[in-house]
Amino acid sequence: MNDFMLQFLLTIDATFRVATPLILCAMAGMFSERSGIIDISLEGKLLAGAFVAATVATTTGSAWLGILCAILASVGFALVHGFACITHRGNQVVSGLAINILASGLTVTIAIALFHQGGQTPPLGRSERFTPLEWPLVETLNQIPAVGSIYRELISGHNLITYIALLAVPVSAFIFYRTRFGLRLRAVGELPQAVDSAGVSVAWLRYRAVIIAGILCGIAGAYLSTAQGAGFVREMSAGKGYIALAAVIFGKWRPYPAFFACLLFGFLEASSARLQGVEIPLIGEAPTQLMLALPYIMVVVLLAGFIGKANPPAAIGQPYVK
Amino acid sequence: MAIKTGKGDVETTSPFAIELQNVCKSFGRVQANRNISLAVENAAIHGIVGENGAGKSTLMNILFGLHSADSGSILIDGKPVEIRSSADAISLGIGMVHQHFMLVPNFTVLENIMLGREGDMLLKDGIASTMRELEELETEYGMQVNPHAKVEDLPVGTRQRIEIIKAIRGGARILILDEPTGVLTPQETDSLFAILRALRARGVTIILITHKLAEIMAITDSVSIIRDGKIVGSRETSKTNSGELAELMVGREVLLRVEKNAASTGETRLSVNGLGLSSNDGQPLLTEITFDLRAGEILGVAGVAGNGQSELMEVFAGMRTFDTGQMEILGDQIDSKHPKHPDSMRKTGLGHIPEDRHQHGLVLNFEASENLVFGFHHTELTGNGLLMDQKSIRSHAETMIERFDVRPANPDLPAKNFSGGNQQKLVIAREMNAEPKVLIVGQPTRGVDIGAIEFIHKQLVALRDKGCAILLVSVELDEILALSDRIMVMNEGRIVGVLDSADATERRIGLMMAGIAKEEAA
Amino acid sequence: MKSAPPLPYWADVILLPVINLLAALLVCGVIIAMLGENPFSALSVMIKGAFVYPSSLGYTLYYTTNFIFTGLAVAIAFHAMMFNIGGEGQAYLGGLGAGLAALWLGADFSPLIVLPVAVIASALFGAAWAFVPGYLQAKRGSHIVITTIMFNFIASSLMVWLLAGPLIQKGQQSPQTPTFDANAFLPKFSELLASVSIDVARSPLNLSFVLALAALVFFWVLVWKTRFGYELRAVGHNQQAAHYAGINVPRVIIITMLISGAFAGLMATNEILGVQHKVLLNFTSGYGFTGIAVALMGRNHPVGIFLASLLFGALFQGGAELDFEFDSITREMVLVIQGMIILFSGALAYMFNRPLSHFLASILNRKQAVNE
Repeated sequence: MNDFMLQFLLTIDATFRVATPLILCAMAGMFSERSGIIDISLEGKLLAGAFVAATVATTTGSAWLGILCAILASVGFALVHGFACITHRGNQVVSGLAINILASGLTVTIAIALFHQGGQTPPLGRSERFTPLEWPLVETLNQIPAVGSIYRELISGHNLITYIALLAVPVSAFIFYRTRFGLRLRAVGELPQAVDSAGVSVAWLRYRAVIIAGILCGIAGAYLSTAQGAGFVREMSAGKGYIALAAVIFGKWRPYPAFFACLLFGFLEASSARLQGVEIPLIGEAPTQLMLALPYIMVVVLLAGFIGKANPPAAIGQPYVK
Repeated sequence: MAIKTGKGDVETTSPFAIELQNVCKSFGRVQANRNISLAVENAAIHGIVGENGAGKSTLMNILFGLHSADSGSILIDGKPVEIRSSADAISLGIGMVHQHFMLVPNFTVLENIMLGREGDMLLKDGIASTMRELEELETEYGMQVNPHAKVEDLPVGTRQRIEIIKAIRGGARILILDEPTGVLTPQETDSLFAILRALRARGVTIILITHKLAEIMAITDSVSIIRDGKIVGSRETSKTNSGELAELMVGREVLLRVEKNAASTGETRLSVNGLGLSSNDGQPLLTEITFDLRAGEILGVAGVAGNGQSELMEVFAGMRTFDTGQMEILGDQIDSKHPKHPDSMRKTGLGHIPEDRHQHGLVLNFEASENLVFGFHHTELTGNGLLMDQKSIRSHAETMIERFDVRPANPDLPAKNFSGGNQQKLVIAREMNAEPKVLIVGQPTRGVDIGAIEFIHKQLVALRDKGCAILLVSVELDEILALSDRIMVMNEGRIVGVLDSADATERRIGLMMAGIAKEEAA
Repeated sequence: MKSAPPLPYWADVILLPVINLLAALLVCGVIIAMLGENPFSALSVMIKGAFVYPSSLGYTLYYTTNFIFTGLAVAIAFHAMMFNIGGEGQAYLGGLGAGLAALWLGADFSPLIVLPVAVIASALFGAAWAFVPGYLQAKRGSHIVITTIMFNFIASSLMVWLLAGPLIQKGQQSPQTPTFDANAFLPKFSELLASVSIDVARSPLNLSFVLALAALVFFWVLVWKTRFGYELRAVGHNQQAAHYAGINVPRVIIITMLISGAFAGLMATNEILGVQHKVLLNFTSGYGFTGIAVALMGRNHPVGIFLASLLFGALFQGGAELDFEFDSITREMVLVIQGMIILFSGALAYMFNRPLSHFLASILNRKQAVNE
């Protein structure tokens, strides 16, 4: 029983590790999409962030400089997206797709040019990474059964960026629902005419939204390569940006539900990794592929209107023309 | 609380709150406003009347900074100003209640009211002060709203009240209302007018755009009449009457008399009984529509645009299902449980010239020849083979273009490259060529030049003489008068009355269009 | 800002796309230069790699075949104003269809039966995978962009499960099916020509290229010559007008997606029946996404799609040469070029519209002034 408990805790622990980039990207997507800009380029920004963070960290030896540059790179891509979608009223899906493909190509191309390691960065040393934070009193509390292991596995010992991701959710919710910027942001995604006729610039609001999305994706990218992993490998975002987008939709474009969707999707991935090849009574071999596909299936079912109605922001995808 | 005057306590010297001088505005080739000059006194309610498309909304959008004028100048309190954006307009103390509400449906009332003027970065203090303002507005004007209700759950009247609160909160001293009563019930209209009077008493200057003459008479101090983008008259309300305004509004010179014989009517082809239709949010669009349409007659439907005519046509064409009542068309019974779709309606023998050729009648990117078989692309016009017979389509197009005198006579030209009149000829040629037994016609000459108008009118009369039953919907009164054998007047989704064309005068129909029963309007 | 005069037809169809392409290539050239290589020598290596060496044209046309199919898949949906991002997943499933047919029939029937059945199966499986997003768009208004993205991932999971499980070759570790019987091989051109004693360099180019050319013609006939194509275009231009004209809009949407999925599925005839001769993981390698670039560049017209496919075929084949010739740039550069092309010909398609039309107008005005 104790073993089961520990396994469970370890899975939960892994869930947070897996969910960290999802949460950050989902909050990023939330800002962009609530402002009316479809963001399938979460994936590309995440990948770019991961690459730049590792590259800068290994060159300068500073994880902090790495994350800073990751944010800059990701914001750069976000501005390209904004330039195409806001300034030139281009197709938002096409623009996002272009960014994803560009990120895919550029990261590997530059990595090969710089490091000649087949598209990877050299492995990062301990000082070039963000490492788990051990909270005080772990050893002391460890003496207490249950509480000790919960404290050790769940509360302490995560990465700084995981804590940032967890903090990003209430902060995003606060911005959305308690600030002037948030009110205007939500309005511009629903009825940009209302914002315009209230004398507020639609374009500038949307630019700020995509920039915030860039910042969050940059942090998430840095997490992949300099916290969870120790260096960049090609395609290391591996569809996480799309899962985050799925979480945004599954959370019906609201911060807390999207957060829980990220945890759910993270849990599915974490447990499928643990159950790989494991025989489960009655079911047989664990259907790990099904578990990995479940987020996508759930989104389709949701969009089909079978579990509640997911109403996207009313003005999403439409360029604003006066 | 008195309304905060946006301009502080500066004494104004000009008696006019707003002056417009020679304002012009074109969209492409369309001149929406031509040399408009207008002056509105301080603390007065000024009405602007005119038909749809006359240029009223464009003018007000210029005043509110949503469009910029091509030329001309604007003076506020006697001082020339530049209004480049709505932010400029708001800071000059101008507030606007748009025809299409600028309210975010899934926001609360409070959120909508705060939008754009929230106070600090954080909403907390702004919420408190807005709540105080709302209480003050309630005691001052009796404008009651529940700040925590979601806008999408509220009736239109309340939504409009929110728009007004949005506009006057924070110091608007000039308030523009664009067709504010179009969506209101009579009771809601009364309470709106009470609020407007209270605002006037506190020094707010109000511009009211409408096409309803009764409202102009009821509430305004002065009125300007706009037609084809020009001001055709300005009056003090106390010195005019609805008859004069109606004539000014629709009274363009009657350019044409259509030669036609008395109708020889035959059997009933369309019979409607107690038909009713509501919008998705429960507003009645059509109520208790009952009438017959017979072979060989033109039944004109008169009414100010937006009084249910569009919905009526779409119901007959099979494009919309209705909620209550029945109709019988060419012997087929149709009710809400047994709807018919546009293709089967067309096969039954119904033709439909839709009122908006860009939205419905044509695919603008299609070539003229393709548009001439639109809706008939499964008939022998496109040949009998597996593929569409291009030769047959082309020769059909050439015949139609010749017969209906479409210019340029080029079947390969996309429809978007034809003038409005020639686009309309394409639609009319297509629908008339099928020799329909019943023809629904909407605004057949909207945006069409005079030569084409005459041609289209003759075609309609010729079709009638061949025994077709024609329902003609038009907002052009002279068109209705010139063509119809009988005239049905609609107001707010109801039939006000049906007149024989011999008994119809422009004035009488005008009054009926305003909802006055036919006996009173005699 | 003065509103720009409309662009002449030829400028819109030829000049603007060329300018967009050049802008994309220019940016890529700058990137190559920043990586320390000479962009012009990179270009010449790619051109040689794509056309000049003995087998290079065959390889180029082999890639071209893939892009024709996926480009047509995107283009037909575009004509109905839908964005099918699911070409990747539909092609993947098409491979499953072709593979199942080849595995089941290959040993027992002659190629004359096996090959047509396998080709049809690939189209049917691709169409089936596009059906659900199409149906949900038509009947329930679910956004097709999102549903097709999701279906790509679902396809990927499904195929991993199948290839690592039920379909795996016995005794093998790598997730792929057994190799088909030779009856299910689509003949290669080099082999066909060798049989009539014409000797050409060996390349993967196979009969599916002819199928792709036929698909181009079919596309043209379908869209511009049939009643269904007429309805499809009407729905794409103006759904309300289509409804007015009695067209069953949901039905058109669903059928269009079926055709789109079938085109994507047919890509598998090249990869699976023509080259790999077994179904393996990720054989689609992003060709479905490249189809989007192809359709955008080719302006959804078969001629444009053929030219764009040829361009991308050359890029992919020539890009492979980069690996051998340079230290700092590799075939991944092709992805960068592809991304730039999608950005400039797609998202920023009309960035140059206004300056170009002002420029042309000023030239024409000057000419007029001179003439007067």
